[in-house]
Amino acid sequence: MKLLYFAWLREKVGMADEQVPLPAGVTTVAGLLDWLDGRGGGHAAALKDRSAVRVAVNQEYVGPDAAVADGDEVALFPPVTGG
Amino acid sequence: MSVRVQAEDFDVAAELAAVREAGGGAGGIVTFTGIVRDMAGDRPISSMTLEHYPGMTVRELERIEAEAQDRWPLAASRVIHRYGKLFPGDNIVLVITASAHRQAAFEAAEFLVDWLKTRAPFWKQEATGSGPHWVEAKASDDDAAARWAASPPVARSA
Repeated sequence: MKLLYFAWLREKVGMADEQVPLPAGVTTVAGLLDWLDGRGGGHAAALKDRSAVRVAVNQEYVGPDAAVADGDEVALFPPVTGG
Repeated sequence: MSVRVQAEDFDVAAELAAVREAGGGAGGIVTFTGIVRDMAGDRPISSMTLEHYPGMTVRELERIEAEAQDRWPLAASRVIHRYGKLFPGDNIVLVITASAHRQAAFEAAEFLVDWLKTRAPFWKQEATGSGPHWVEAKASDDDAAARWAASPPVARSA
């Protein structure tokens, strides 16, 4: 799957995007965030405050219970501030 | 009906003329232009950089525009949002709505701005004397978007 990071999440993770295989046992957004958090380092720092993280799967906003599958594009970013 | 995301500036008069043309006999046109402020609270801003999610931004703006068209009888509309490095006084966003009557045009324009502020995937970083900092989302923006009710405008946290 392709993971994308934006704004301060990108800065904390230390990269704009990465390709990862769907981790074993991960079926939901919440599960994916737990797995990323478990990688430690920048990923853990970026996910420290989960309430500040928004997620889009294949460019659609989703909640923590949404399904994720191999091949998905999953974007993590802070609350938006355009306009 | 059209949505654009671009680095370059837009010409408000030219866009207004295009909407007027597309709107046929619309009796009222509302234009909103969002502009880079020169202060963040009490700190002067030297520049602002807008990051966005290229794949998703246009899709999300199109969804928001379609929602406005469902709710109000719009003869024409236009949403343009810039990204990249901008300076105080620069244009950021343009929303134009045309309708037979003013109320629909005013309400739809306000709705479009409220929703794009809470849904369109843009992030502002301001450069000030104390260095760059990411602008935090405002609860007041969430409140402004939420008053339009129906499908919840604010994405849930994960």
